Amino acid sequence: MIAVIDYDAGNLTSVSRALSYINVENTVTNDAELIASAQRIIFPGVGAAGSAMKSLIRSGLDQVIRQAVLSGKPVLGICLGTQIILRQSRENQTPCLGIIEGTVAAFSESFADHGIKGLKIPHMGWNRMTLKTDHPVFAGIKETDEFYFVHGYYPLPDDSAQVLATTAYGIEFPSVIGMKNLVATQFHPEKSGEPGLTLLKNFSRWEPC
Amino acid sequence: MLSKRIIPCLDVHEGRTTKGIKFKNNVDIGDPVEMARMYYEAGADEIVFYDITASHEKRGIMIDVVRRVAATIFIPFSVGGGIRTLEDMREVLLAGAEKVSVNSAAVKNPDIISRGAAAFGSQCIVLGMDVKQVEKSGQIPSGYEIVINGGRKYMGMDALDWALKGQELGAGEICLNSIDADGTKNGYELTLTELISTRVDIPVIASGGAGHPVHLSDVLTTGKADAALIASMVHYGTYTIPEIKTYLAEQGVKVRSTW
Repeated sequence: MIAVIDYDAGNLTSVSRALSYINVENTVTNDAELIASAQRIIFPGVGAAGSAMKSLIRSGLDQVIRQAVLSGKPVLGICLGTQIILRQSRENQTPCLGIIEGTVAAFSESFADHGIKGLKIPHMGWNRMTLKTDHPVFAGIKETDEFYFVHGYYPLPDDSAQVLATTAYGIEFPSVIGMKNLVATQFHPEKSGEPGLTLLKNFSRWEPC
Repeated sequence: MLSKRIIPCLDVHEGRTTKGIKFKNNVDIGDPVEMARMYYEAGADEIVFYDITASHEKRGIMIDVVRRVAATIFIPFSVGGGIRTLEDMREVLLAGAEKVSVNSAAVKNPDIISRGAAAFGSQCIVLGMDVKQVEKSGQIPSGYEIVINGGRKYMGMDALDWALKGQELGAGEICLNSIDADGTKNGYELTLTELISTRVDIPVIASGGAGHPVHLSDVLTTGKADAALIASMVHYGTYTIPEIKTYLAEQGVKVRSTW
C-alpha cells in the first residue's frame, strides 16, 4: 500500500485517483502510524513552501517524512513535495526538511542572472526531460515524452550526482532529483498522461537496493 | 523547451456538451466525460470545461461531471462558468479539477481572484476575459473593452488594464476570449492576443475564432500566445488533434508530439 501524505497542500486527490486508475492500492492520510506502516510513500503538494512547512511542523509530519526516508522504503516527492525535501527555499527563505543538501532556486532570479527575458513564470505546461541516469522509475519512458509542470521555483541539489534528470526552460534545471530510496519529480506525473502513469507504475514496483 | 498547449474547450449545459455561435443556438454534441477521454487519447494537452448551466440548483450536475472526468483523464483540466465564491472554487477543485476560471464574477468582485489565489494557490486560478474591440478612448486606451453576459454588457474596463490587474491580484493564467472572433472560424484576434501576452508575465490562452490549423500557428507565433483553445474545429471532426499538432510542428511550433 502507498501512503499519499496529506498536509493541506493542494489537490492530493489527483495523485490518489491516478494510482487507483493503474490499480495501485493507496490511501491519502496524515496519520503517522499509517504512514509508518505503508510500504511506499508519496509526498505531493502544490502551493507555497512556507505554509506547507508550517503545516508539516505543526502536525509532526516533518519527522514522519524524515523517518520514512531513513527507513529505506521507497519515497516519491512531487512538485512542492520535491522542493521541501531540500535544505532551504528561496521562497521567502523558508527552511525546509534538509533530506537532500541543496536549495530551492527561483526562475525569476536565475533568469535575471543569465539575462534571460520574455519567458513566462510560472513554467506552466508540457516539457521534456533529459535523463542523467538509468533509474528504474524511468523504465519505458521515451526521450520525446513530455511531462506537466507548473512551478516558479526549482530544486537545486548541492551534489550533481543527485540530479536524475534535467529540463530546459531558459536554463537547464533539475527536474528529477533523488538518492538511494528517494526519487522526486518537479513535474506532476499524475497529470502527465500515459508517461506519467508509467512513472507512477514504475515507482509502485521499485525495489531500491 | 516548453510546448505550446492545444486545449479543446467543452461547453457543458446540464451535463451535456453543447456548441453555439456567439453564446446562442446551443446544440447537444455529446457526453463531456466521453469527449474528454477521446481528446485525452488524441493528445490534448489540457481540457477546459465551461459550465453554461443557467440554474444554480443544477450545479451539482457539473460537479458530478468533474468527478467522472477526473477519474478518466490524467492531464490538467479547468472548469469555468458560474464560479462566484471561494466555496464554488473549493467544490470544483476537490472534485478533481486542476484549475478554476473566473470571468464575470471577478469583474464584479476582483477580490475573488486574490482570495482564491491565497486559498488554493495562483496556479489554479485562471482569469477568463471576454473582450470586444471598441474605439480607443481615455477610458479604454487599448481599444479593447471587457464585456460580460456573452458580450451583451460593456463594463467600461480596459482589457489590458484588467489583465495586469488580474495578474497583480494573483491569477496564474489568463484565458483571453475575443467575442468578435468567437464562432467565426476566421482566426484568433492576433492583435489583442499579442498585446496582452507580451505585457503580462503569466501564460495566456488564446480563445475564439479557430477554424483552421493555420489560425493556431498564427496565434502561437505572431499572437505570442502560450496556448490555444479550440472547439468546433475538433468537435465536428473537421480536424483531429494529431492533424493540428503535425501541422504546427511542420510550421516550427513546438508541441507535445508523443503521449
